[in-house]
Amino acid sequence: MAVLEDVTSPAAAGLRPRRASQRERWQRRLPLLPALIYTIVVTQVPFLVTLWYSFQNYFWNQPGGATWAGVANYKEVFTDPNFRAALVRSVTMTAIAVIVAMFLGVLLALLLDRKFLGRGVVRTLLITPFLIMPAAAALIWSGPMLDPNFGLLNWLLEPFGVHHVAWLTTHAYGSVIVVMVWEWTPFMTLIVLAGLQGQAQDILEAAKVDGASAWATFRELTLPHLRPYIELGILLGSIYLVNVFDQVRLMTNGGPGTSTTTLPFYLYQQLDYAFNVGGTAAAGVVTVILTIIIASFALRMFARVFQFEEAK
Amino acid sequence: MTATEAPVTAPRRGRRIREVSGLAGWTVLGWVVGIAFFIPVLWMVITAFKPESAAETWPPKFTFSPTLSEFRLVFSGMGPYIEHSAIATIGSTVVVLVLGLPAAYALSIRPVRKWRDTLFFFISTKMLPIVAAIGPLYVIALKTHLLDSIWLLIILYAAMNLPLAVWMLRSFMLEVPGEMLEAARLDGAGRVREITEVIMPVVLPGLVSTALICVIFAWNELFLALNLTVTNAATMPMFLISSVPQEGLYIAHLSAAATVASVPVIIVGWIAQRSLVRGLAMGAIK
Repeated sequence: MAVLEDVTSPAAAGLRPRRASQRERWQRRLPLLPALIYTIVVTQVPFLVTLWYSFQNYFWNQPGGATWAGVANYKEVFTDPNFRAALVRSVTMTAIAVIVAMFLGVLLALLLDRKFLGRGVVRTLLITPFLIMPAAAALIWSGPMLDPNFGLLNWLLEPFGVHHVAWLTTHAYGSVIVVMVWEWTPFMTLIVLAGLQGQAQDILEAAKVDGASAWATFRELTLPHLRPYIELGILLGSIYLVNVFDQVRLMTNGGPGTSTTTLPFYLYQQLDYAFNVGGTAAAGVVTVILTIIIASFALRMFARVFQFEEAK
Repeated sequence: MTATEAPVTAPRRGRRIREVSGLAGWTVLGWVVGIAFFIPVLWMVITAFKPESAAETWPPKFTFSPTLSEFRLVFSGMGPYIEHSAIATIGSTVVVLVLGLPAAYALSIRPVRKWRDTLFFFISTKMLPIVAAIGPLYVIALKTHLLDSIWLLIILYAAMNLPLAVWMLRSFMLEVPGEMLEAARLDGAGRVREITEVIMPVVLPGLVSTALICVIFAWNELFLALNLTVTNAATMPMFLISSVPQEGLYIAHLSAAATVASVPVIIVGWIAQRSLVRGLAMGAIK
């Protein structure tokens, strides 16, 4: 359980922040400041500018620059059914992909936690989808893998009665999710695996001696132990997957129709095809506010994990 | 075989058979799953060695005379792209480590009072969707003459990776035993010696896996590069996209480009997978 010890507070004696002098406090703060200022400037300033543009009428392709627009952009965002649809799609796609990836990740981690011949090689094969460039993965899936005329998947599934399915036209939504799951299952596996390997063996042995079934042991001992790992895997997966752009852009271009237009892709379209800086900014601000609401729940989950650790 | 021996050996042999068959069963299952996940990557590499005419056939061809012609084509065109990618990746990772190491120190070993809030702030910046600000980012880049410049990518990739890096580095620094720090202080070691002789040796493996994660995310990034660069700073993912022509056969060429673009990170990841596992788990839990 070494992984989990002393996790939150730097508890070692004498290292805790004491009632310190002003000078001492600044000495402690000094090493933090460059990173903090850098992060504030690079990540927060663009959002302030976004806020400003969201009240402007500004199109790339029109001369004359920006003019004050009041809340017109926001009205447009809230009445645009495409925005709402993209929002819902982003949430559902992320949720499905993260949950499926985590479910598979737990199964694969349990598999990799067993001894078998060539386990190291199998783990190496398994982590590759996480390492491959997402743009490369998207292009390989949409071409050599899923093409209706020469794709490998159709050939593999032919014995099961599948004939030249045009996956990206007829099952676009599911296909994009499959690729997201394929890329993120290894990540989930690695996190859960680390959790499994940090589990105390003597407790499991004791449960075995007591005659507990494998399922009961998993449910009563392993799963509670894995909970913080699973929660954090879900959290990190959501952070990255909700921003997924490459796969949508390169596999389906948001289509057919708007069936795979996620929020990031919607914003990209507004900007690159409609040249609508003001409207995109307003949609961005709404997105950020929604994200903050969801993220504050997520951060509360973080806090719970921290408490969970401290209670140990 | 006598009657007295039988009751002893039979169960033992039974258990042995069960063990062996169990091992065989898990081995088969493990390999099937591993290969299933690896098939798209394998198919990419196989297709990259095909002549274009053999890449788009039904049924898919598994026997063909391998050729390097697509690779040659890829190598001839990717020079500037791979250079930009390498500069942006290495440059941003260096910035991340230079900023992240002291910050992690200030959040773990000699923590500031509000270390928890600060850590949450860093994490929360990862939750803001970068796409939401892409328009204004474009305008800012334009006004500061950073559009289509490698510096812009270095700055943005560093900001993108810094939160995760601070988080991971902090968790590795918490591994430094308090007694070791205490002992160094009693020995009269100054702050510099404390850092170089006590902290760095413990943190070094963590530093490697943190750098690795940053390299993976920076090398693979497409969205910012696509929107903010054209030619002077276009990276490998953009080279990859440009290898898809509007018409004609291109699958073998695309596969070769995808292979070349992905291989550096895949190899680095394979070599360092142990520290990667450790880094992810520690970053996740601590």
